[in-house]
Amino acid sequence: MNGRIYASVLGLLSSKPPVVRVVPLSGRYIPKANDVVIGTVTDVQGTFWLLDIGAPRWAPLHMTGTPWKIDFGETGQYLGVKDSVVVAVESIENTGRIGVTMNGDGLGKLEGGTIVTLSPAKIPRLIGRGGSMIQTITRMTGTKVAVGQNGRVWVDGPEEGIRRARECLRIIEEEGQRSGLTARIQEYLDSTEDPDPRGGARPARPRLDSDGSARPEFDGPPGPHPLTRLPETVPEPEPDGPPDEPPPTEY
Amino acid sequence: MSDEVTAEILSTHILDLARQGKRLDGRTPDEYRRVEVEPGFVVTADGSALARIGDTTVLSGIKLEPGKPYPDTPNAGVLTTNAELIPLSSPTFEPGPPHPRAIEVSRVVDRAIRAAETIDLKKLCVTPGEKCWSCFVDIHVLDHSGNLIDAASLAALGALTHATLPQKRFGIAEHDIPLAVAHFPVECTFTRLGETIVVDATFDEEKAGQGRVTIATDEAGNIVAMQKGLIGAFSPEDVKEMAERAFRHGDRLRAIARGV
Amino acid sequence: MGNVGAKEIPELFGPDGLRTDGRRPDELRPLKITAGPLHQADGSAFVEWGFNKVMAAVYGPREVHPRHLQENHKAIVQCRYNMAAFSVDERKRPGLDRRSQEISKVIAEAFESVIFAEEYPRTSVDVYIEVLQANAGTRCAGVVAASVALADAGIPMVDLLPAVAVGKVGGKLVLDLNKLEDNFGEADLPMALVPQSGRLVLMQMEGHMHRDELGQALDMGVAGCRGIYEKMKAALRDRYAVAPVGASTGAAQ
Repeated sequence: MNGRIYASVLGLLSSKPPVVRVVPLSGRYIPKANDVVIGTVTDVQGTFWLLDIGAPRWAPLHMTGTPWKIDFGETGQYLGVKDSVVVAVESIENTGRIGVTMNGDGLGKLEGGTIVTLSPAKIPRLIGRGGSMIQTITRMTGTKVAVGQNGRVWVDGPEEGIRRARECLRIIEEEGQRSGLTARIQEYLDSTEDPDPRGGARPARPRLDSDGSARPEFDGPPGPHPLTRLPETVPEPEPDGPPDEPPPTEY
Repeated sequence: MSDEVTAEILSTHILDLARQGKRLDGRTPDEYRRVEVEPGFVVTADGSALARIGDTTVLSGIKLEPGKPYPDTPNAGVLTTNAELIPLSSPTFEPGPPHPRAIEVSRVVDRAIRAAETIDLKKLCVTPGEKCWSCFVDIHVLDHSGNLIDAASLAALGALTHATLPQKRFGIAEHDIPLAVAHFPVECTFTRLGETIVVDATFDEEKAGQGRVTIATDEAGNIVAMQKGLIGAFSPEDVKEMAERAFRHGDRLRAIARGV
Repeated sequence: MGNVGAKEIPELFGPDGLRTDGRRPDELRPLKITAGPLHQADGSAFVEWGFNKVMAAVYGPREVHPRHLQENHKAIVQCRYNMAAFSVDERKRPGLDRRSQEISKVIAEAFESVIFAEEYPRTSVDVYIEVLQANAGTRCAGVVAASVALADAGIPMVDLLPAVAVGKVGGKLVLDLNKLEDNFGEADLPMALVPQSGRLVLMQMEGHMHRDELGQALDMGVAGCRGIYEKMKAALRDRYAVAPVGASTGAAQ
């Protein structure tokens, strides 16, 4: 407009000519194709489930989008209300319908562990440059973590590790837009270091293996979930870059 | 931000921790979050207080107006308690007429204030059978992160304790005087998480919980209201133990609400 | 303007031409905006403006309930402006009266004029405004709070919406009426401005004003809105301030 570019959402200006980008600071999760997200089942229908992925709309997961052979009406035997799943966003239609799939490496139903919800805008900070932040957290707490781009994070591992990882997530949620975050997290982890982290070993707990439920292959060494996408560039807030609400970012 | 639907594995995690006497935020089962009461938040009210328990925020305002006594209590003023669970405060609240859970909060808080004889309603009578003061306790929930009843009761007590009888405004006397508050009831709410009973549950703990018990105590060792709510069951031994705990917490909560 | 024609109209200007609260005719009351005070909402803001205290929260875009309100090509914007029972001198019965419903409607329409609603078909953006303490100008305070809450919720918009009322008091135009001026003035003209386009998306008027005064009244309101706009942006910057953890910014030698 008038040779100027205006932002429509509150965000940080990331200007690397010729591209001007506004990195959102807040708000609900806005889905993009190929995002991996963590959803909660809110409704079970004959051929699909409805998932709350924290997006503007509930996302239908069709039974053909799963690795299971399901007969009509048997969807409820595989996933019930309040179950958590890792799914990938396939498509966003003009109607606002969000298509998701559970077919793919690392996608599936989550069992055990816990869920922490962050603001989706904090997810790039949680991952860190080239995955550095998430790797530090999982290594030093001995946990396995699946990060949904929608702000939901699944954490599993020894109880003390989960507790420390949760605390790291809380710090990122509260101080995530500040610089010096990496040092802050490192400091916390150093100050609470467990002299004998027991890797991913988790005390045996009864696992309800509901018929046919496929547990995603998360077993293995601690670390980020294989599908935790590492964006090529993680925007770091620049101390001088003021948040850019409507006004205008001249270019 | 909390999700509208609580994931089962989060509930399971909360219950696993509770089995070992632990909680998600590191508290012990018998520990409140940080509790604060800020009186005088609203100057248009005759008394007001903002109560915070962790991230839960509740505002209460008192209005005193001349009215007519009820025919069966011609020598007493009228007390009305009303709670609004407005949709601003939680993704789970919808606009519309008061939901039964809002009515429950109002009535549980009302019962404690009434039974404890927090304010002496006889002193609110101006002319027997003709004119009395009507005392309205309005409770406005602003941020719902669990344990609304305790926050509402603290806000209401804080507001009453700091209220003024506006005699001048209504031409009843030359000067305003403080509303005389005689007793100090506070509510203390427990949630069952498996075999562990925790005080001051968060929103996620309430969702994982199996029943809730509220016990209101006064400063003289009386229980002035009780309410079992949500789906779950408690033994008489559970109730006795919760009552002991309610008295232990009560003294501290009372002091915070009164600002002493 | 409820008391127009009341017998005793108090003196609304001092001999120095200043108003009862010491302001110049075109001066705003003190305004403090806090972005993001609430934890459950997708976005929130608290506005203290003169003696007004107004909280706003935004939820959405989210699924529409009830579903028949859903629009297939865009998001709907729903607004609920509500006054707490204790927010006014005489206790107000809880719930929405006709005045609140009308204000809710015009505020929803003002925001729908600036929100990029077509980006989120079949969803709802819910704007909740709670007046906790009222002292004239609550709808404008509500619009300012809701607008900051919408930005805090990351809702795509053309611009923020500053709002203010211009009134006519004792024959003079004044900006941002206080309660006494609202009660005894001749006119009250609240408006909300889209600063980028210079257009108004909310405008109401109660009372009466001469046609020669309208232009000046609108100019005064627009200028007032531009000042409020700066404070709204500052509140959002404060909320997301990029202060280095434990580092001082001004200490470079």
